[in-house]
Amino acid sequence: MKKTGAQILCESLINEGVEVIFGILGGSVLPIYDTFPQYTKLRHILVRHEQGAAHAADGYARATHKAGVCIATSGPGATNLVTGIACAYMDSAPMVAITGQVARSVIGRDAFQEMDITGITIPITKHNYLVTDVTELAKTVKEAFHIAQTGRPGPVLIDIPRDVQQEQTDFIYPDKVDLPGYRVISRGHPSQIKKAAKLINEAEQPVIIAGRGIIISQAYDEFREFAEKAQLPVAHTLLGLGSFPGDHILDLGMMGMHGTPCANLAVQNADLLIAVGMRFDDRATANTEEFAPNARVIHIDIDPAEIGKNIPAEVPVVGDTKSVLTALNEEVKKGEHVDWLSQIEQWRCEYPSLEIRETDEVLPQYIINQIYEATRGDALIVTGVGQNQMWAARYFVYTKPDSLISAGGLGPMGFELPAAMGAKIGRPEKVVWCIAGDGGFQMTIQELATITQEDIAVKIAIMNNGYLGMVRQWQELFYGRRYVGTKLWNPDFVKIGEAYGIPGIKVKRREEVIPAIQKAMEYPGAFLVDFLIEPEENIYPIVPPGECLARFFQPSKPEVLEGRF
Amino acid sequence: MTDTRHTLVALVEDKPGVLNRVASLFRRRSFNIQSLAVGGSEHSGLSRMTIVAVGDSAQIEQVRKQLEKLINVVKVSDITEEGMVTRELALIKVKTTASTRSEIMQIVGVFRANIVDVAPGSLTVEVTGDEDKVNSLLRLLRDFGIKEISRTGRIALTRGSSS
Ligand SMILES: Cc1ncc(C[n+]2csc(CCOP(=O)(O)OP(=O)(O)O)c2C)c(N)n1
Ligand SMILES: [Mg+2]
Repeated sequence: MKKTGAQILCESLINEGVEVIFGILGGSVLPIYDTFPQYTKLRHILVRHEQGAAHAADGYARATHKAGVCIATSGPGATNLVTGIACAYMDSAPMVAITGQVARSVIGRDAFQEMDITGITIPITKHNYLVTDVTELAKTVKEAFHIAQTGRPGPVLIDIPRDVQQEQTDFIYPDKVDLPGYRVISRGHPSQIKKAAKLINEAEQPVIIAGRGIIISQAYDEFREFAEKAQLPVAHTLLGLGSFPGDHILDLGMMGMHGTPCANLAVQNADLLIAVGMRFDDRATANTEEFAPNARVIHIDIDPAEIGKNIPAEVPVVGDTKSVLTALNEEVKKGEHVDWLSQIEQWRCEYPSLEIRETDEVLPQYIINQIYEATRGDALIVTGVGQNQMWAARYFVYTKPDSLISAGGLGPMGFELPAAMGAKIGRPEKVVWCIAGDGGFQMTIQELATITQEDIAVKIAIMNNGYLGMVRQWQELFYGRRYVGTKLWNPDFVKIGEAYGIPGIKVKRREEVIPAIQKAMEYPGAFLVDFLIEPEENIYPIVPPGECLARFFQPSKPEVLEGRF
Repeated sequence: MTDTRHTLVALVEDKPGVLNRVASLFRRRSFNIQSLAVGGSEHSGLSRMTIVAVGDSAQIEQVRKQLEKLINVVKVSDITEEGMVTRELALIKVKTTASTRSEIMQIVGVFRANIVDVAPGSLTVEVTGDEDKVNSLLRLLRDFGIKEISRTGRIALTRGSSS
């Protein structure tokens, strides 16, 4: 029996194990939406902006390790997806984005709501397709999921003209893909692994830099065995938090611009860096010229193009982190590094990473730390972008695998709410806390309606400082405290929540913090807490732009900023 | 590290948009390319691209690896260090007068180039060779006045039986 393109798409999605689709319809996807009722296995979640659809698919993907799916109509629907697709691309999240396109007969004629979305998304997708023949559709969906979910994951976009959705053909779902130009190197080369093991066994001051690659390949056990066996202290990139227990004696926390002094000093003084599934982003390395001057570098990554892109590697190992670490664990010797680890302990004591000022003020650090206490770390933390993100990274202890979802590479404000929504739908059994900035929250605030309509029980904590806080902090520190365009007039977020059908409370005093968190957790559905935090609270330490990791500034160490700016 | 010219040869799928993907990659990553030539290869469904790029060896290795990541790109090799045969074809329309025509034809003969079109006041010359040869001929013809030039950019293959 022949099926329409729209039916073929739905059947193919079901074949790929898709359960949820985030989207908004429009003329060019009507035939697809019209078939949804025939496929009750596919749950469609109607969002309020296509950016929300893409971020939700991203949050879903990061929470479940399966490709998230979003759908939008041609033209403005498709262009609204762009930020969310770019975000998934930068953070290697698997996603399949489906867009409707105008009918084939009018493509290229600037038809109503025609946009060259495949052209637009070339630099922000792992691959994309314009399907011009319905007989190619099933094969295209198969390839898209394969590409999105294997190797270094990423978003793939499929653009389907409306008449292709209506055209009929036989449906046969292929069981294999034929992609001569796509190879994934999953096993590390044995001789590279031997070389890496030799360096590790000989190192005196080794440090691991743990990235999101460990989380993507779910190599938590192998990674922990590796660090423990060779006694290697672990620094994290932002997206590497959650790859190793944050309360482990070998854990140093996050490195980088807002990293812990202990992590930054360890990396900077290392004689060997073992970079695992990370890409030496500049927010993690700070000044690359002065980066870890005495360190030899082992770089393990599944993407060969990451090797040597930002920091030269003496021993590259291309492969999936899980398989490489399994092989390395056979080769590395039991380590001790007594002197080095005691030096690290000294730094840890000198600069305690969880220290929070005693004060009556409502401090964001305290709130985050109390969310950690209340959940005992067993929660999914989804952050916005800015100070709230850095406080969430620094003051929650990521003791459980897979507990942080944050937009590291693109850093789009407004990620938090839709991504939290997607994460909760993917992992309904988990407590999901959305840590929002008052600025970023207002970029995707309309998803509160989706949350109510679909009954998605996310807990929302707004870090309401009345500022575009991270930018204000830069103006304070580097632009002579001239605040231009950073002060926010805000609506009453509790009332907004109520209007959307979500209960909430405002927190103005420190002693209200813990009860508010409790109340949010006890409430069965979505709940909003508007924390009126200290407006000019900063995130410290900060490595000023252009400085190396060791030259971090914090109020107790003012010399770093002297004579600058 | 010093900047040198590298010749990259890529086998790419013969599908719509592939050239766009390759060009987009060069632009986005600020890779400096001098020429790009594309045409059929010995495999049906695959085209061969020859890319001349300038940079140090680390940059060129980045170009190569980023290109290989494109799904429609099957294989990319930097053949600069291998023995290779390179050719370029140029069409040059040069001004002529009754008094210069024979001198131009003599130069064309020396370069084993061909005259492919004759018109009142101009000649079109076709020359094939490596870039040096094309450049030398251009230098000599410049004095007569060049009206138009079209160059294909370099195409290349490795020498001998290797592939
Ligand atoms: C879409 C977008 N626009 C602008 C920025 C630049 N930016 C980075 S952090 C920030 C401030 C964010 O303010 P808020 O959401 O209130 O978070 P806070 O830093 O105050 O915690 C801005 C404007 C961005 N990251 N994303
Ligand atoms: Mg703010």
